[in-house]
Amino acid sequence: MRQLTRLALLPLLVVLGVATLGSADTEARYNDLGHKMMCVCGCSEILIECNHVGCPDSDRMLAELRSAIAGGGVNDAILAAFQDKYGPTVLAAPMLTKFNIVAWIVPPALLVLGLVGTFMLVKKWRLRAATMPVVEDDAVSRELRERIRKETEV
Amino acid sequence: MPAFGSFALLVALALSGYNLLAGAVALRQLATGRRGGISPEKLAETARRAGIASFFATACAAFALVWAAFTNDFSVAYITEHSNRALPAAYKFAALWSGQEGSLLLWAFLLSAYGFVLRARHKVDVKLTAYASTILAGIQVFFLLLVNVAATPFSLVTGAVPPDGNGLNPLLQYPEMVIHPPMLYLGYVGFSVPFAFALGALMMRYPGEKWIHITRRWTMVTWLFLTVGIFLGMHWAYSVLGWGGYWGWDPVENASLMPWLTGTAFLHSVMMQEKRGMMKSWNVWLIFSTFMLAILGTLLTRSGLVSSVHAFAQSAIGTWFWVFLVITLAVCLFTYILQRDHLKTEHKLESLVSRESSFLFNNLVLLAACFTVLWGTLFPVLSEYVQGNRVTVSAPFYNRVAVPIGVFLLFLTGIGPLLAWRSTSLRSIRRNFMLPAIVGLVVAIAIIPLGVHPWTIFTTDGQGAFYAWITFAMAAAVLTAISAEFFRGARVIQGKSGQNLLASMVELTHRNTRRYGGYIVHFGIVLIFIGISGQAFNQSHEQTMNYKQSFKLGPYRVECLDYSQDSNPNYDTEFAMLNVYRGDRFVTKLAPELRVYAVNQQPSTIVANHSTLVADLYVIYAGKDPATGQPVIKAFLNPLVAWIWIGLMVTILGTGIALAPNLSAAIAAQRHRAAVQAEPVPAGRAGD
Repeated sequence: MRQLTRLALLPLLVVLGVATLGSADTEARYNDLGHKMMCVCGCSEILIECNHVGCPDSDRMLAELRSAIAGGGVNDAILAAFQDKYGPTVLAAPMLTKFNIVAWIVPPALLVLGLVGTFMLVKKWRLRAATMPVVEDDAVSRELRERIRKETEV
Repeated sequence: MPAFGSFALLVALALSGYNLLAGAVALRQLATGRRGGISPEKLAETARRAGIASFFATACAAFALVWAAFTNDFSVAYITEHSNRALPAAYKFAALWSGQEGSLLLWAFLLSAYGFVLRARHKVDVKLTAYASTILAGIQVFFLLLVNVAATPFSLVTGAVPPDGNGLNPLLQYPEMVIHPPMLYLGYVGFSVPFAFALGALMMRYPGEKWIHITRRWTMVTWLFLTVGIFLGMHWAYSVLGWGGYWGWDPVENASLMPWLTGTAFLHSVMMQEKRGMMKSWNVWLIFSTFMLAILGTLLTRSGLVSSVHAFAQSAIGTWFWVFLVITLAVCLFTYILQRDHLKTEHKLESLVSRESSFLFNNLVLLAACFTVLWGTLFPVLSEYVQGNRVTVSAPFYNRVAVPIGVFLLFLTGIGPLLAWRSTSLRSIRRNFMLPAIVGLVVAIAIIPLGVHPWTIFTTDGQGAFYAWITFAMAAAVLTAISAEFFRGARVIQGKSGQNLLASMVELTHRNTRRYGGYIVHFGIVLIFIGISGQAFNQSHEQTMNYKQSFKLGPYRVECLDYSQDSNPNYDTEFAMLNVYRGDRFVTKLAPELRVYAVNQQPSTIVANHSTLVADLYVIYAGKDPATGQPVIKAFLNPLVAWIWIGLMVTILGTGIALAPNLSAAIAAQRHRAAVQAEPVPAGRAGD
């Protein structure tokens, strides 16, 4: 039993191990957060990718981001601070708060619903097909099958 | 010339209007059996001829606008706003679609060109073509009304004629911009034809599936144009915008992707209708949706409903598109409700493990992808309505939601063609899937030491490498599956004909162009997926550079050789000359530029790119350091990007092959007999 518990814990340890291995350093965090925000000058570009000449905002915002990371803030707090200062459109994607959760949930939920619906539909069709009488394997049906096979070959 | 252009547009509108009305009356008379003073056949013929004539009238209007651009006729407000004297000739041509009025005229012109071909080929099926022609005329009337009333390209400037124009947007002064918009429009507009055929076939309760055979080539050609248009746009963004990427999930990009996704779903699901008489309602609604999404995309970006870097300024034409979209939806719904009993399916799906079910799932996933894009595009509007404030829905959202759907689609791309129609046996699954699965698994393990780490899914800095890992493994499996299909078929032909394997593969493809062309398209799509996955490993570096200073990026060392500036009548330019080394070996010279256009003082970056199959070294001149006056160079190392463009080429090739007619088995057998007879009889066997 104890051995089984150890075996069950093994995947968890592996997951924790690799998660720790992948913990982000400052530069990676700067890059990650820079990709999660938009430049506010109106160019509609991701903050860290904003490259238009003479942009009045991106350099200043990136400097603010660097100092926020150096200040030891966690990612969500930094994003929230930027949102407070520049408004919700500064975030490149809605945060998981209030109504914004809907943005994230609806597409995968619909896909899952569609998949389940399709499975059920096919199952229903198959049940109907199963009640059909079995046709004897005579020469006519063999010929018919061969014709269908040829016709349905893409 | 502006008067001639305006007159031509009026004539085109009158002709299209006549085509619509006379065509509708004739078809009504034919349907009810009631006859008027003129026989419905004659009336329909006059309508068809009016439709053909409307093409020439629209062509004259388009010619008039291009002529005005080439002759610097600044009395035309549109030319003043989008051209100038110093603009190179090729870009004067592009001025036709650089503004709202011109691009709507291009739309009307392409629509009439498609209509011209459709009406000229009416003998394919006179009655069905008459229906399609009348529906197409309705769409033409809408666009011609727009360019005649709401967005007139031949409006004259008020007051004195300016000596020079404002010039073309610098971002559009790039060779691909001369091809990209027409290609995209050919794609958008082209879906009007299968839409018109589908609606017409439904209205007339067309017997059988011939309308699908008729529209198959139209749909494929249109799909190809849209594909090429989208990828040219990506290449343009990559080469001109200078942010290191090719797809920004901008609403205009999304607007082109949505009809592409539903169009792709349609191309797959019509096979079910052709082969098994299934999914008739689904197909009709897929093509209706594709057409309406093309219109919706235009509406979204031109009405100012969503903000986009591409969008034309908010204008009144948004209302026109709303009205048109509502009318189209009403006509489609009404016709469907009236005629839905005509669309009863002939067969039911018999097994979950069959070609039919793979098409079903493929359609589901493509539609889920389309919905995700539409949802992301519209969510800011919904948020404003519900929460009172707009939010941004950009790349991070799509990367998290759309990428997994894309990976699932790649999976279906691999397994779909390996399944048999109706039902697939376990033995067949084992035979077809074993090798691809093994190859996929081997690749999945082999790429981990190369830095493709699946465990990034547990880290905070994105899941790119995880999805790349899945994509590479799955791509290897799919490519193996496709190659195995070719190999198996070619071996059979080789066994019968004695040709070498390559010649056998060519013959195999020629015998069933649709099937093997389709496989080649899938091959191309897989290459595109591989190219896109490289994005997870992008690196960048930015540095102010003095003479002989250098930096390292990946395997490359970039050294500043010189920096300078130059001028010509169209623009001033600053540039840097950079030497690129790999170790000590000189690789290439790069010269990124920053241009400032004289007429409007707009800056534009000219990217310098050294592309290889492994990675692109993509360098931009980001400006001058104000303190030192030295150039600021930003470099990106973008792995595998070249495979996206290679994948596109393969996709074009595959579509071209799928469009070609089959070599019939009889001709193939005749060829073999002739080849055998032509072979000299071996000496030892003479007289045997």
